[in-house]
Amino acid sequence: MSNHSYVLQGATGDWEIVVGLEVHAQVASNSKLFSGSATEYGAEPNTQVSLIDAAMPGMLPVINAYCVEQAVRTGLGLNAQINTYSRFDRKNYFYPDLPQGYQISQFEFPIVGEGEIECERDDGSLFTVGIERLHLEQDAGKSIHDLDPNATYVDLNRSGVCLMEIVSRPHIRTPEEAAAYVKTLRTIVRYLGTCGGDMEKGQMRADVNVSICRPGQYEKFRADGDFKHLGTRCEIKNVNSMRFIQQAIEYEARRQIELVEEGGAVQQQTRLFDANKGVTRSMRSKEEAHDYRYFPCPDLLPLEIPQTRIDEIKAELPELPAGKRKRFVTEMGLSEYDASVLAADKDRADYYEAVAAGRDAKIAANWVNNELFGRLNKEGLAITESPVSADQLGQLVEMISTDVISGKIGKDVFEIVWSEGGEPKEIVEARGLKQVTDTGAIETVVDQLIADNPDQVASIAKNPRAVGWFVGQVMKAMQGKANPKAVNEILKAKLNIE
Amino acid sequence: MTDFLSFSLADITAKLKAREVSATDVATAALDAAEASQGALNAFTAFDRDKTLAMAKASDERLAKGEGGLIEGAPIAIKDLFAVEGVQTTACSHILDGFKPPYESTVTTKLWNAGGVFLGKTNMDEFAMGSSNETSYYGNVINPWRAKGSDAKLTPGGSSGGSAAAVAADLCFGATGTDTGGSIRQPAAFTGTVGVKGTYGRASRWGAVAFASSLDHPGPFAKTVKDAAMLMQAMSGHDPKESTSLPLDVPDFVSAAAASIKGKKIGVPKEYRMDGMPEEIETLWQRGVEWLKAAGCEIVDVSLPHTKYALPTYYIINPAEASSNLARYDGMRYGLRVDGKDLTETYEKSRAEGFGPEVQRRILMGTYVLSAGYYDAYYLKALKVRRRILEDFDKVFETCDALLTPSTPSGAFELGSKAGDPISMYLNDIFTVTANIAGVPALSVPAGLDSSGLPLGLQVITPALDEETMFSVGAALEDAAGFNHKPGKWW
Repeated sequence: MSNHSYVLQGATGDWEIVVGLEVHAQVASNSKLFSGSATEYGAEPNTQVSLIDAAMPGMLPVINAYCVEQAVRTGLGLNAQINTYSRFDRKNYFYPDLPQGYQISQFEFPIVGEGEIECERDDGSLFTVGIERLHLEQDAGKSIHDLDPNATYVDLNRSGVCLMEIVSRPHIRTPEEAAAYVKTLRTIVRYLGTCGGDMEKGQMRADVNVSICRPGQYEKFRADGDFKHLGTRCEIKNVNSMRFIQQAIEYEARRQIELVEEGGAVQQQTRLFDANKGVTRSMRSKEEAHDYRYFPCPDLLPLEIPQTRIDEIKAELPELPAGKRKRFVTEMGLSEYDASVLAADKDRADYYEAVAAGRDAKIAANWVNNELFGRLNKEGLAITESPVSADQLGQLVEMISTDVISGKIGKDVFEIVWSEGGEPKEIVEARGLKQVTDTGAIETVVDQLIADNPDQVASIAKNPRAVGWFVGQVMKAMQGKANPKAVNEILKAKLNIE
Repeated sequence: MTDFLSFSLADITAKLKAREVSATDVATAALDAAEASQGALNAFTAFDRDKTLAMAKASDERLAKGEGGLIEGAPIAIKDLFAVEGVQTTACSHILDGFKPPYESTVTTKLWNAGGVFLGKTNMDEFAMGSSNETSYYGNVINPWRAKGSDAKLTPGGSSGGSAAAVAADLCFGATGTDTGGSIRQPAAFTGTVGVKGTYGRASRWGAVAFASSLDHPGPFAKTVKDAAMLMQAMSGHDPKESTSLPLDVPDFVSAAAASIKGKKIGVPKEYRMDGMPEEIETLWQRGVEWLKAAGCEIVDVSLPHTKYALPTYYIINPAEASSNLARYDGMRYGLRVDGKDLTETYEKSRAEGFGPEVQRRILMGTYVLSAGYYDAYYLKALKVRRRILEDFDKVFETCDALLTPSTPSGAFELGSKAGDPISMYLNDIFTVTANIAGVPALSVPAGLDSSGLPLGLQVITPALDEETMFSVGAALEDAAGFNHKPGKWW
């Protein structure tokens, strides 16, 4: 392990953690997995419920082909094996928000098999996480316990909504990596358009499996694949933010270490994360675990997808963030850092590419990454809500890179567009903000300054850097519109600076 | 004049078309007869006179314009398993008390589209679990047939006992049933009626309360093979709302019921010759063989070696699927709810009170065979045996066009005589379950009377998708048997 290791000091020595995630990602589709009901977020309770979703007697499921294709798309984005044969099974358990008394899922034969994705830590370093499988399943409804002290209300709008459960290998070693993995997944599904990825709307949530081990054990596990090298895991259900994922892992690792060091043993358990207290609590032990009695759903035929269709979907796949990042570096000449920031989000990348199209890619990257993102962050706005459009910023970048305006004036124009709107070209024209590149005009100002300030001229001889004072004065005299390059050249010539 | 109630479906629709009688008259007469029979036969669980008469009126209007479908104007009884919009549909279970679906099953929709008139919901074993109609929450149906010199109450068979009794007693011109292990063919045999199930997927399961999804086959009861062909024709066809529905056009079953069977090869499976089978069943079977020989068929001895495993296999797959299918009856959204002190107790009380003993037995068996640690030994093994049984049929149909077997190991038995003995009750399905396991078409046609004057049936089984041969052979047996017995009216 490198400097990315996460070592926890216990009373009996060092500990490491091993984490695997099951991410539930809601498939972006207008209708549910087995019914035609709408899936729109935020609708009035129980207004998006068909007879099938409510499990009325005699109702039968019919697969939504679009959801299947979304799963295939996602699998391809995870560099995973797409299974031409998969099957739906019933997972049986009772709960009021599960009208059928079973969830239709894929147990034995998932639609997507082994894959892997490259994830990025905050410091820009990369790590790879194996994907075990992705399968399709129905979501349950929502039980609402806090509307009435004596009753639970059930909203079935989510009942039957299509989820992809993406199961990772236990290749995650730190809380930060867990969050980075989920971020990468989110970026991929957003690029693919297969999931909105909005955790606040429940479009993505994670079950987090955590175990502890002594240093060196994980490497043995990776070498022979035998789980005996690792500790007993606990599964923390339904964690719904990046921050909570990290907090839950940190807490859970500490809890397990204390337990073991006090002579206890970690019991395989399902736990819940209490975000208010920042702790995990036992939900049910292995003994209390449900026996889900999985069996093939007799109402559905096995799902068979022709390889030719998979190939077609593959051919239509958009460029993914990893590829985009590489292209930004190799073809557009950006730094790794800029490329990585821009490629991390599809909306940002699309915006950037629109700004950079046919223009100076580096200047465009600086403006998008620094001015625009800085301002958006400050105002708490998403890129899609930016008051400055990609076309407007593009005009600005173009004028700066062709010396029509200076970078400083550019910032002023940016402010005007941000707060007042308007076309940058027209603003520059109307307000006379174009740079003065007329050397005669600049020379006149320079000559006057040299004549008026003999002391400053004398100091230049000792310290050539003091030329900065003259640059500032020229700019001041010319309301910032003088071309800085021309000013520098003229000053150097007149003041005899090498 | 209500003697037209004894007409066949083919005959009454001809008379309706010729305007010799009106759909309204026929419906009124059928309703009156059905309601009057209730105290004695208990074949129905719900009527909706307004709905029936409105449908009959609409039928008369179509007939007046020279329009109308295949079964235009004929009152049809509907097994309580099928959703009929706005009419109580309970699968004869307490747990569905008062449930009136806001939707119409595909099978009934198709029947109404073909001109059928809804007569009433028929009694059945609770959730179709039973072979004697004794598990119904609404009390058992009584077979219109009685043994010679006895007024003992006999079972009409099950689970579709009400539909069978309604057809046998001339209360309707046809009825729907569902056949999961013999629930159409066994009651048909016990009541001297024709009972049919098509290929799995031929008639849609959408809107029929699910029992064991991979075994459930909707089908008709009728007075004649031709009538059965008409009804099967009307209720069949691809249903995009059902994933296991066959995406195929429906062949002309009615013509098939009149086609020659000369040159057909009929297989007689030796495994169906069970130890302890009554002599008269054996005799009837032999008579069937002779009739088909006389009709120009070639008889071949065949073997279905895995037959002996069919019943155990069935009694694993069936409860497994049922245990899951019935999980939705939890007292939360419709039907019976018995409140407990918490959620678990509400579930327990609702389901303990809502389900009868046989249903509870199947749920327990099904839950057991799907449980961790037992799944491989029971459910998975049953699926493997199911595959072998399918292969038996595939193989045997390479050498013959249809199989001939008895429908049941005996005639109708007395109500209560097997109630305490589930295994003996399950043995009723011994000749019929294989066709459900394999999903192949099968029909029971009345072929004679036993020594006490009760009807017995012969079963014809054909390869998947070949209902036509099934109807042709069935009609030939019907012709040869000349079965024209009716139960003496005592109700």
